Amino acid sequence: MLIRRAPRFTAREITDPELYLSRRELMAGAAALALMPGAGEAAAPKSEPLAAKHNPAFSLSEPATKIDHATTYNNFYEFGVNKDDPSRLAHTLKPRPWSVQVDGHVHKPKTFDVDELIKLFPLEERVYSLRCVEAWSMVIPWIGFPLASLLKRVEPTRQAKFVEFTALLDPNQFPAQKPGFFGFSSLDWPYVEGLRLDEALHPLTLLAVGMYGQVLPNQNGAPVRVVIPWKYGFKSAKSIVRIRLVAEQPKTAWEKAAPQEYGFYSNVNPAVSHPRWSQADERRIGEFRRRPTLPFNGYADQVASLYSGMDLKKFY
Amino acid sequence: MTRRTRITLKVVVWAGCLAPLLLLGYRAWTDDLGANPISFVTNTLGDWTLRILLASLAMTPLRIVFGLSWPITLRRLLGLFAFAYVCLHFSVWIVLDFFFDWPRMWADIVKRPYITLGMLALLSLTPLAATSTTGMIRRLGARTWTRLHRLVYIAGACAVLHYLWLAKVGVTDPYWYAGALLVLLGIRAGDWSRRAIRRRTAAVAASATSARLIDRKRFSP
Ligand code: HEM
Repeated sequence: MLIRRAPRFTAREITDPELYLSRRELMAGAAALALMPGAGEAAAPKSEPLAAKHNPAFSLSEPATKIDHATTYNNFYEFGVNKDDPSRLAHTLKPRPWSVQVDGHVHKPKTFDVDELIKLFPLEERVYSLRCVEAWSMVIPWIGFPLASLLKRVEPTRQAKFVEFTALLDPNQFPAQKPGFFGFSSLDWPYVEGLRLDEALHPLTLLAVGMYGQVLPNQNGAPVRVVIPWKYGFKSAKSIVRIRLVAEQPKTAWEKAAPQEYGFYSNVNPAVSHPRWSQADERRIGEFRRRPTLPFNGYADQVASLYSGMDLKKFY
Repeated sequence: MTRRTRITLKVVVWAGCLAPLLLLGYRAWTDDLGANPISFVTNTLGDWTLRILLASLAMTPLRIVFGLSWPITLRRLLGLFAFAYVCLHFSVWIVLDFFFDWPRMWADIVKRPYITLGMLALLSLTPLAATSTTGMIRRLGARTWTRLHRLVYIAGACAVLHYLWLAKVGVTDPYWYAGALLVLLGIRAGDWSRRAIRRRTAAVAASATSARLIDRKRFSP
């Protein structure tokens, strides 16, 4: 089940690492330019570098989104509903020390320190496309390791059918978890997301601890988040404190908030519109024209078989 | 009100309504529109359309509640600014967002209720802008003109619903705008009913007086 097979990228070609590196140097230059006075308020985060081996087999050939865009245009409701809330308030989150409890239907439940995780599994860099449910997208060079490696280590039992991710619950670190006017809260905290076990074990599913050659910035889900590139962005839970293997399909935060808009699967699907807007196309951040959205965000070759025989209009 | 105060008020409105646009222009010039400039510009123009539209709808209530007359002199100017902003908001949608992809835009107009409502708001404001001149008031006659301009309530309601419908879970701003619109319309409704009651009592009193007159005539020798 866990045999890793290099996926065939037909719609998007494989990056030549040399090319990608030179592009990265270019990007670093662009980021430095963006830091100059007057060139926008957003500064690239002061982050520590994080070494990882580039994995071309799992990387797009497209240039990455500018780092200052990827770190200032975020949906992270724990900080607020506006795109600039996470980068403005990111300092309130303390990503160290941090532990991740992995338990539920497993033979070897264990609580890992995040630095222990980083040492246990070899880190790799993968360039994935990220498609937000709001019809915009980015290209992000993540650093992490396959979630499957961690799950294999705790040995799921036969009862384990789903994986539930729980994000940190702490109103002192996540200001938007404090109730607002009239006790109003955007979501029912903590943020909970979930995957079917086979989705969680898929080689594309990444547990990320960094991006752009750096330790993961707070506003992008520090210190550890999951990345599932064929699903809408909100499925990729951030600032995870618990990974639980369960028998029943978890009730996710967004399903609780608006079940008719955000289903459990939420695979990127241009044929199924959001009830309020079309998902047929998207704006890639940094581009002017909209571009068509690809089924499974361009990863259909690798993941479509997970859903064979399922009505994807029903299981949206 | 002196001519001077009137001019000062107008200057304040012009400055207040142009400032957001100038700021937007400045941010565009300095490449400071964020990661998703088209969305930022659309939303900023939408926000200001709604704010100015509500400001124009607040002028009559100001007179009703505080007995002020100067707000009425600003109503037309505010209404025209609201129309100018929605035209820009709409143009951005056509040019920057969909780049003249007419079939795709038409599909959104008929399929996406929030776009339908935005279009209805725009369409209700258009005849008001077109008949905003004193000449048009004269040509239409005050009565017809006043009736036509009640379309602004439809525009206000559609605009607020447009925002309520497009906002994602957890965004609270549209509820505040909806609340503001309800207060403004409520003040007008209260005033109408008060005047209607006064008119009815006046009518009853008038008919009572004439009845007495008739009686007196009848019984006079
Ligand atoms: C009087 C008329 C209108 C008003 C007051 C208005 C107001 C607004 C407001 C307040 C927003 C949200 C801003 C924010 O999120 O901060 C908005 C967004 C938007 N409006 Fe309008 N609008 C009007 C007409 C229209 C029309 C005619 C169209 C196009 C046919 C349109 C298309 C949009 C779009 C595409 C968005 C962005 C939605 C998104 O972010 O996904 N609006 N408008």
